[in-house]
Amino acid sequence: MAKLPGKKIIVEALKREGVDVIFGFPGGAVIDIYDTLEQDGSIKHVLVRHEQGATHAADGYARATGKVGVCLVTSGPGATNTVTGIATAYMDSVPMVVFTGQVPTALIGNDAFQEVDIVGITRPCTKHNYLVKDVKDLARVIKEAFYIAKSGRPGPVLIDIPKDVQNAKAEFDYPDTIKLRSYNPVVAPHNKQIERAYRLIEKSRRPVIYTGGGVVISDAHNELRALAEYINAPVTMTLMGLGAFPGTHEQSLGMLGMHGSYCSNMAMANTDLIIAIGARFDDRVTGKIEAFAPMAKIIHIDVDPTSIQKNVRVDVPIVGDCREALKKLVKVVKGSGLSPEFWQEKYALWWEQIHAWEKRHPFAYKKDNSVIKPQYVIEKLYEMTRDKNPVITTEVGQNQMWTAQFYKFDTPRTLITSGGLGTMGYGFPAAIGVQMAFPDRLVVDVAGDGSIQMNIQEMATAMEQRLPVKIVILNNQFLGMVRQWQELFYDRRYAATSFQLTPDFVKIAEAYGAKGLRATKVEEVESVLKEGLESDVLTVMEFAIAKEEGVFPMVPAGKATTEMLLV
Amino acid sequence: MKHTLSVLVENCPGALSRITGLFSGRGFNIESLCVAPTLDPTLSHLTLVTRGDEFIIEQIIKQLNRLVDVYKVIDVSEGEFVEREMALIKVRAEDETRAEVLRMCDIFRCKVVDVSPKTYTVEVTGPESKLKAVIELLKPLGIKEISRTGTIAIVREKKTI
Repeated sequence: MAKLPGKKIIVEALKREGVDVIFGFPGGAVIDIYDTLEQDGSIKHVLVRHEQGATHAADGYARATGKVGVCLVTSGPGATNTVTGIATAYMDSVPMVVFTGQVPTALIGNDAFQEVDIVGITRPCTKHNYLVKDVKDLARVIKEAFYIAKSGRPGPVLIDIPKDVQNAKAEFDYPDTIKLRSYNPVVAPHNKQIERAYRLIEKSRRPVIYTGGGVVISDAHNELRALAEYINAPVTMTLMGLGAFPGTHEQSLGMLGMHGSYCSNMAMANTDLIIAIGARFDDRVTGKIEAFAPMAKIIHIDVDPTSIQKNVRVDVPIVGDCREALKKLVKVVKGSGLSPEFWQEKYALWWEQIHAWEKRHPFAYKKDNSVIKPQYVIEKLYEMTRDKNPVITTEVGQNQMWTAQFYKFDTPRTLITSGGLGTMGYGFPAAIGVQMAFPDRLVVDVAGDGSIQMNIQEMATAMEQRLPVKIVILNNQFLGMVRQWQELFYDRRYAATSFQLTPDFVKIAEAYGAKGLRATKVEEVESVLKEGLESDVLTVMEFAIAKEEGVFPMVPAGKATTEMLLV
Repeated sequence: MKHTLSVLVENCPGALSRITGLFSGRGFNIESLCVAPTLDPTLSHLTLVTRGDEFIIEQIIKQLNRLVDVYKVIDVSEGEFVEREMALIKVRAEDETRAEVLRMCDIFRCKVVDVSPKTYTVEVTGPESKLKAVIELLKPLGIKEISRTGTIAIVREKKTI
């Protein structure tokens, strides 16, 4: 067998893994890999303008496709710049492999130029990571990394490769399959637990299906729908779970939690059975944990056992892949001999109550013709794009919550947002990754004027790659979500949240050769959206929105979810 | 409540750091830690003493199992088990106390492993309570230095990790 240098092994391994695009930024410690990639020519490389952008783009690509996103960056600052993106992917269980260059092995530990212990730095925010000191391990490590990244509960894996290892030679023998004695995620759920879950469902009078990102990740949306429709149970979703169940479905209660629907939170507070699927009872969902769902028994399906019993006591834990578990559960439900009519009748009273909550406080805002309301922009955006099968990414803050509330996501992988870490500056580079995966799809990033500025440099990337990403900037000249907290809980003392200077976003767009549009009046919203959405280049649509508009309902941090502040 | 966990982990760089990082990052506490390779040199056996209610211990065990490098975790304190610690104690031993130190050693079945004109170094092995007792009794005589291991433990009878 011919010996190959490490750099070649990397490129060959990437090809075996079916990688078609890499997001990255070169530097001294990866120059050899770049040279090899260039010569090989079969893998597309997207040159970003900041390494954080590369990680978010790879992350967006991964979330939209379900495939592993790949980044390549240099040592030292190149590597540290990926940390936010890695942590973002870790919190939201996104499969990603990040390659970092490292100084030659002989220099490791010597405080060499652009040396940093990136394996040490990323240990707590990767699913696993490697420093490859021997080229003989390289192929195996890459195989393991891809396997670990996408199996079980997915997550980011980092591979740090010293420069001398990239040039040292070894036989290239890429394993087809891999078995790790210390890593065997449980995929098949236990039949007994499924039976126990069914018995709880049969006994319940007021069930709620509570679903999260796990349903999206395991492509369990069809099974989820089958279960929900058969047993006629209401479905509420976390931010990460939006799209896992159609937002326009009559059984959908919308998002729950801090900025969730009144009806979702009331249903959770009054339910006698929570069927949690691929969700993790995060603090933004439960509010004050002691007051959370006091009457409920809990069934919890998750592929990661650590998510079960972490925040709440669970009556029936089911460890396994959501899709496998739902398939089995649907089979048991249908095999029980109880007809759909039985379930319709069984929960009729419960539905009556839910509809009353729905009617009392739907997602709403005070309409105003003198100023653009952000919710109105999102509503219009929804109206004008719903038939186009778009992917919507968001930044973090009010823009994200308004999108979650007023855009109805009917299919999985159409809302791409940083839920766990809440990373401002995520949405735009993520949109670039999505558009790379789906060149012909409409991709819209909903941003605020604060968060768009965190990775605005990636406009150059989008232009260079000719990606017609659309950016909707809801500009209130505030860091709106923090301002909202200050308004509500800090006597309107707006410490460091009011921008004294906001750039001219239209001119910024134009400076990059992109298209810039602005609406300052309500009448202009529709025409700006129309023109922007039809554009075939990167387009910024800026909306001067009501400055002090808030996101409601809102459960103040640490309060019970029933203590919602309403519009 | 105190729990003694036995962890089999890949004997590779960074594995220990992943485990200790997990404890500090998630706010769990390590009371003592002992690591050494097993008969299979690619695996290390780690004995870890921690505290927490059943809820926390369950999380700790699950979190440990979630680490890619961790092969197996058991809570040995769940059943019958033997645990030992060792301490090397350098104690002042001059004229009037020289005999007293030796008497103590005899009672606790300690071994004198080093002698100098003014000190004895004593090796003591046993459960934590025994070490505590020896140290308390030797303290008035003048302990100059102590070096202690963490707890190591093994499950009784046929069960193996």
